[in-house]
Amino acid sequence: MKRRDFVQMAGWGLGGVFLPNIPIYGKEIPEAALLDNPFDVALKKQLADVALNAARSKGATYTDVRIGRYLNQFVSTREKKVQGIVNTESYGVGIRVIAKGCWGFAATNQMTKDGVAECAGRAVAVALANASIQGDPVQLAPQKGYGEVSWKTPVEINAFTVPVKEKVDLLMQVNDTALQLGASFINSLIFAVNEQKYFASSDGSYIDQDIHRIYPTFNVTRVDRATNKFETRSAFSAPMGMGYEYLRPRPEDKIPGIVTLYKQRYDILEDVKSAVANATAKHQAKSVEPGKYDVVLDPTHLWLTIHESVGHPTELDRVLGYEANYAGTSFLTLDKWKSGKFNFGNPLVNIVADKMQPGSLGAVGYDDEGVKCGKWDLIKDGILVNYQVIRDQAHILGLPASQGCCYSQGWDDVQFQRMPNVSLLPGKQSLSVDQMIAGVEKGIYILGNGSYSIDQQRYNFQFGGQTFYEISNGKITGMLKDVAYQSNTQEFWNSCHSICDERDYRLGGSFNDGKGQPAQSSAVSHGSATTRFNNVNVINTARKI
Amino acid sequence: MPLLTQDQARELLKKVLAYSKADECEVNISFGQNANIRYARNAVSTSGSIGQSSLVVSSAYGKKLGIATINEFDDASLEKVVRRSEELAQLAPENPEYMPMLGPQQYAASSKTWDEGTAAIDAKYRADAVEQSLKISKDSGLTAAGFLEDSRGFSAMMNSKGLFAYNTNTRVNFNVTVRTEDGKGSGYASKGFTDVSKLDVAAATSVAAQKAKGSAEARAIEPGKYTVILEPAAAIVLLENLLYSMDARSADEGRSFLSKPGGTTRLGEKLMDERVTIYSDPQNPELPTAPWNGDGRPQEKVTWIDKGSIRNLPYSRFWAQKKGVKAVPFPDGFIMEGGSQSLEQLIAGTEKGVLVTRLWYIREVDPQSLLLTGLTRDGTFYIENGKIKFPIKNFRFNESPVIMLNNLDALGIPQRTVSGESNSHALIPPMRIRDFTFSSLSDAV
Repeated sequence: MKRRDFVQMAGWGLGGVFLPNIPIYGKEIPEAALLDNPFDVALKKQLADVALNAARSKGATYTDVRIGRYLNQFVSTREKKVQGIVNTESYGVGIRVIAKGCWGFAATNQMTKDGVAECAGRAVAVALANASIQGDPVQLAPQKGYGEVSWKTPVEINAFTVPVKEKVDLLMQVNDTALQLGASFINSLIFAVNEQKYFASSDGSYIDQDIHRIYPTFNVTRVDRATNKFETRSAFSAPMGMGYEYLRPRPEDKIPGIVTLYKQRYDILEDVKSAVANATAKHQAKSVEPGKYDVVLDPTHLWLTIHESVGHPTELDRVLGYEANYAGTSFLTLDKWKSGKFNFGNPLVNIVADKMQPGSLGAVGYDDEGVKCGKWDLIKDGILVNYQVIRDQAHILGLPASQGCCYSQGWDDVQFQRMPNVSLLPGKQSLSVDQMIAGVEKGIYILGNGSYSIDQQRYNFQFGGQTFYEISNGKITGMLKDVAYQSNTQEFWNSCHSICDERDYRLGGSFNDGKGQPAQSSAVSHGSATTRFNNVNVINTARKI
Repeated sequence: MPLLTQDQARELLKKVLAYSKADECEVNISFGQNANIRYARNAVSTSGSIGQSSLVVSSAYGKKLGIATINEFDDASLEKVVRRSEELAQLAPENPEYMPMLGPQQYAASSKTWDEGTAAIDAKYRADAVEQSLKISKDSGLTAAGFLEDSRGFSAMMNSKGLFAYNTNTRVNFNVTVRTEDGKGSGYASKGFTDVSKLDVAAATSVAAQKAKGSAEARAIEPGKYTVILEPAAAIVLLENLLYSMDARSADEGRSFLSKPGGTTRLGEKLMDERVTIYSDPQNPELPTAPWNGDGRPQEKVTWIDKGSIRNLPYSRFWAQKKGVKAVPFPDGFIMEGGSQSLEQLIAGTEKGVLVTRLWYIREVDPQSLLLTGLTRDGTFYIENGKIKFPIKNFRFNESPVIMLNNLDALGIPQRTVSGESNSHALIPPMRIRDFTFSSLSDAV
């Protein structure tokens, strides 16, 4: 999903105003067509073989072919009105080659044998044209061919089989609930994705994958015209690598607390009630006194801090300088990794990369260069031990194989190194959120993600949130507002005091992780349990204009 | 699909409309051929070229609207897309905010949004440009990462009420980051034009290289309030957030920095220094933009902020009708009036201050005050007695563009600038601002 399209289709952006009916690239299709599978595997294999042969005959020493059909559905509403119901399809093939030691890429939606062969020729021509301004020849880590294999997200209910009317009815019920409880405005959205991807390479792999993701969300606003203040609260749902079952609540997936929170199933009708109550209470909340606090971060918030301060700096392409002109480089330079003793965090901090985690946005069987996915340590007992690697980078770390981190947002964009799910392991000792809060003398409990910003080498960050509670002498004493915390990545992860146990472990994530020029989006999840960080600098964000 | 002439586009759109059986029908078509080359670590990394085209049909029965899109243009596909939009319209719930389609409109003479030279950019031009840029970085013992992209395309629309609009466009963007081998210095330059003859890749790379060398060995100075000179590439990312937040409906609904107690807005109020005038003008020769927007409304010259006062707000057609005002659309690009000083003169006139090349990772912290946060990047320098004295470490800032434009000290000559955050273009002067709030230090280079 391209971020531009997501923002336009979902109507987010431009100050939160929904923008209906904006055209996008990608073909819009009727609902029923979402369930068609017009191109069977045998046909895809034939076309892929045409591309592989054409590229080889033009001089390619390696070729991969990605035939992709990308489906998206947006159902968006505002108050009592349906803003948009849009189904889109994008179908075509991207062909990547190595010729004269240089990468070349071309894409087409002319899905005929001639169209695909012509496209393969163009990819080789690009590689040959760029060979003169290329550095060292590409070195690909060896990858065995898997033959014909397949993988599918284990969904219980394919979201595209659920009638649009059911989705509209649910969202209108959410909006009605909010308005009845006193919300001034509400926007709500169900967004569903299906990536049907076929990968073939000159290594002998033919991989067919069917990947599903879903994101139900809303944003509630409460305006007080007398004071001219407005407060918002967005959903405590997460985008998930699941089907529509995510929207069928189950008691065992609820975490009771000051606000009910959710694991593998989400109760949108319950959460919207909490959201209106929170937005209303924020009007009366105390403006935070700036200073040092122990912060207790819920997974609905912490996922974004993990994403920005751990996920991005461990991307090897940033470390090497490939993103220097846009997304930036990384403070986790190779010398720190080679030393084997760079204390990224204290020994409580264990962070893993996992491309297979059930329910996560990044879960796939194979990446976009045909590498079987796995799980590995990034931070082990606080020490930096690894990065995120693709095939042409593995030799730099002396790895025998890629870690399977290659992804492209569509058939028409070239694949490159993207973040796997990166998650903080839960604490090994039994610890509940209540027990954690009971141990805090002066602190703030933060839920939900708000404003976020981090520098281009991932040292200095600032995060807001959705709701903030003051903790005094082990008890929650009331709501706060105007809160953001600033820290330095290494200092922050070394200030980790305790992590709740696995009973509290949940996923958060984003569809819109941006990197590359032209920019591409990728979807990624981050798991954690509620975690306490000591002595963090909190600022007050209120200003008068 | 090829780039259609105005007559070819008119014929195609007429053909599509002829299939329509709905009460109202509107067809938008757009085509863009985009090509790029990217380099890093002093070598090319990726390049690509893609054509994107789409034809969007909106059919309405009463207040029920259906929209369908297609990227195939044979007769059968054209009829299919019209039928599909009609089926969707029949199934759609009534939209209480539906606005009848516009009739014929008067657009100003076509803007100069097309340039033959830019349209003719080819793979050789791109490779040569990268080679020039790489030569400068390699000869200086520096490392470059950069990106050059160009596009050419057209857009057109027609509806059953007789509206027809057509426009062609070209654009080229170049940006480069040059770093020292030891990673202690980094410099940036960014340029974007309609007309490629204005692009000097070598000059831009030289500026970035100079900043890379000059920014090594940066010193830390205390965060706090400083006089800053924001180069246009730094200022644009703050100003675009201001413009994007001026939507009339949000202001009327009480959820904007322009809302006032009791349900009114700050429209007409003076919120900034009187030297602040921001407008849009599709005919401006330095920043030509399309003379119409996506729903067919004319894009005219509009003053948004006039001598520090909020003069106009963008409206959707529905909201404008509800409020009984003219439906002024959101502009494609904006222009801030400046002064006559060069950047060098602004620096020379600064007793103590900070020169900011670029701001990065801009996020809204509080929509009520438009407080934004982000960081300086790729060339931050301390100025004393009119001279750049030494490079300084990067800062995080927390500042509202409304407060910042109240603290305006001096303006330089506007220049065409590309936002590193949104890729949109504007004409922006370098500006000197008092009491800009830096709230913490960053170790990032």
